[in-house]
Amino acid sequence: MSGDTRHGVGVSPGTAVGPVVQVAPPVRPPADEPAPDDADAATSRVLESLAAVAVDLDARAAAADEHAKPILKATAMIARDKGLAKAAGKHIAAGLGPAHAIEAAVAEYAAQFEALGGYFAERVADLKDVGDRAIAHVLGVPSPGVPPLTGPSVIVAVDLAPAETATLDRAHVVGIVTAAGGRTSHTAILAAQMGIPAVVQVHGATDIPAGTTVAVDGDAGAVTLDPDMDLLEAQRVRRERRAAALAGVSGPGATSDGHAVALLANIGGVDDAVAAGAQDVEGVGLFRTEFLYLSANALPSVEEQADVYRKVLEPFGSRRVVVRTLDAGADKPLAFANLGEEENPALGRRGLRLCQAKPELIDSQLSALALAARETGADVRVMAPMVATAEEAAWFASRVRAAGLPKAGVMIEVPAAALRSRHVLAEVDFGSLGTNDLAQYTMAADRMEGELSDLLDPWQPAVLDVVAAACEGGAETGKPVGVCGESAGDPLLALVLAGLGVSSLSMAPKKVPAVRFALSLHSLDKCRELAALARDARSAADAREAVRAAAGEELTAIL
Amino acid sequence: MSQRTVTIASSVGLHARPAALFVEAAQETGLDVEIGRAGEDAVDATSILGVMALGAKHGEEVILTAEGDGADAALESLVALLSRDLDAEEG
Repeated sequence: MSGDTRHGVGVSPGTAVGPVVQVAPPVRPPADEPAPDDADAATSRVLESLAAVAVDLDARAAAADEHAKPILKATAMIARDKGLAKAAGKHIAAGLGPAHAIEAAVAEYAAQFEALGGYFAERVADLKDVGDRAIAHVLGVPSPGVPPLTGPSVIVAVDLAPAETATLDRAHVVGIVTAAGGRTSHTAILAAQMGIPAVVQVHGATDIPAGTTVAVDGDAGAVTLDPDMDLLEAQRVRRERRAAALAGVSGPGATSDGHAVALLANIGGVDDAVAAGAQDVEGVGLFRTEFLYLSANALPSVEEQADVYRKVLEPFGSRRVVVRTLDAGADKPLAFANLGEEENPALGRRGLRLCQAKPELIDSQLSALALAARETGADVRVMAPMVATAEEAAWFASRVRAAGLPKAGVMIEVPAAALRSRHVLAEVDFGSLGTNDLAQYTMAADRMEGELSDLLDPWQPAVLDVVAAACEGGAETGKPVGVCGESAGDPLLALVLAGLGVSSLSMAPKKVPAVRFALSLHSLDKCRELAALARDARSAADAREAVRAAAGEELTAIL
Repeated sequence: MSQRTVTIASSVGLHARPAALFVEAAQETGLDVEIGRAGEDAVDATSILGVMALGAKHGEEVILTAEGDGADAALESLVALLSRDLDAEEG
């Protein structure tokens, strides 16, 4: 019989089995590290450590895929950098021990990069990674991060750093388990994009001994240690059934009685667009445009912006591409439009609010989009983030029309906009529910706070009520309302959303087939019935269970 | 001493990958190469951290200097490298 099962939050569907590879956390220099007796010897130790880190990173680069190779090579160059070694030597001469000297040298460069902002600031993670590895080497403890993998592995960590997820060896990682993290954390989004089953918020995950065989169930959010043959067999059957079922449906999304629910992709850049454009999706429901602006120290010219937009639009031909205009603010500051520090960035001048303070931002973005749309003939629809009132919606719509773009919409992520959707939607052509932020604002729970995962559960009946309010306004005004948050990619929740009146679902492209299959098995009336069951439930768990119990067995058998 | 002025073509500026390609090329010349802005202290072009800390953005002019045999040819190749949009070639 199977060993113990640990429960967490399933954030990327599917099942996997493999031995655990623990990702060691970084070690800080010990507080009692003595000042070096022999500065030259201490400096040599630092140089040895940096050289060992460089050799290790080079070896990993050689074995890595095309995506990870340049990142690892660049990181190896940092370890071999003369300036870094010199800075560490200076700190040793000033009396610091080797580990502290490395930390101080890294901190100096990190401060310079952070001051530069944008992409430069993002490289601080690579620099700190080199520092952490060199410190571990000097102290003689295991190197932090994902060790080189030789076979199928389940990666277990407190949480994965963005750099770790970006360089994951996709050929060998079959599952991801973390003790921290949340539904919308970096790990969750990346695992879903890569189609690797993942469970987060698993208590005691880091205590599982390396090498232990575990079965990961990304649907149920369970991790079973030393699974027995029965469990493995059940999961294998489910995997095969799932693959067969999903292969059996294709094309536009629709309920069993032919009610259309468009299936769209969430993308965040040119690479995503090229990948998603080749998939069986009806277009893009959420194109995040921040990447174009966060890296720049001045607002890019209209022509520069249009260039990038052309590359994003082209892969979709005549399919729709819904573009979210710039969603920046105090947590994602722009070098050229910084309104200063805020106590509460999530509640501050972000999204449309920033653009109202700096209208030149939105006007140049809309001009660029209009230019790219004309040249590619793409079906471009733009929507503004963080709209709370009908006045804001009207302001945005007038800017969009002035730019010559045909369709203006609003993100519905502030509960106020959902509750007043009748008036908000009257000003625009469509609405799109950003369920991640909508849950954050409805439940007053920070999305970045993994410990609040339960409150942020998209099945929270209060969140469903707010979604229903938005859909009612849509029905009344005859304006379509879509969903572009994580909840759109949950096959059971997708049925509920369709039942509430949502007309499109946008998600990581890997999640589309299961949602398409779920819709194809249920009529619109059945979806409405499931929606009523979910809203009648007392808790998120009850809502999910009630819908699962009432959904078609053909669907639940593969979930 | 040889000197060239060049405008950074990389659309994201001289950061991670473009910076790495540039530094690699500078190291391969085997010469003392420096990069900097007009009127400011130049940095060692063979130091990835130095080059990244320079923070040269897209469209900015930088000055390359090199000393030794073949300095002119080496600078020509580095100028050619910086004149390409290195990040767009990521594929």
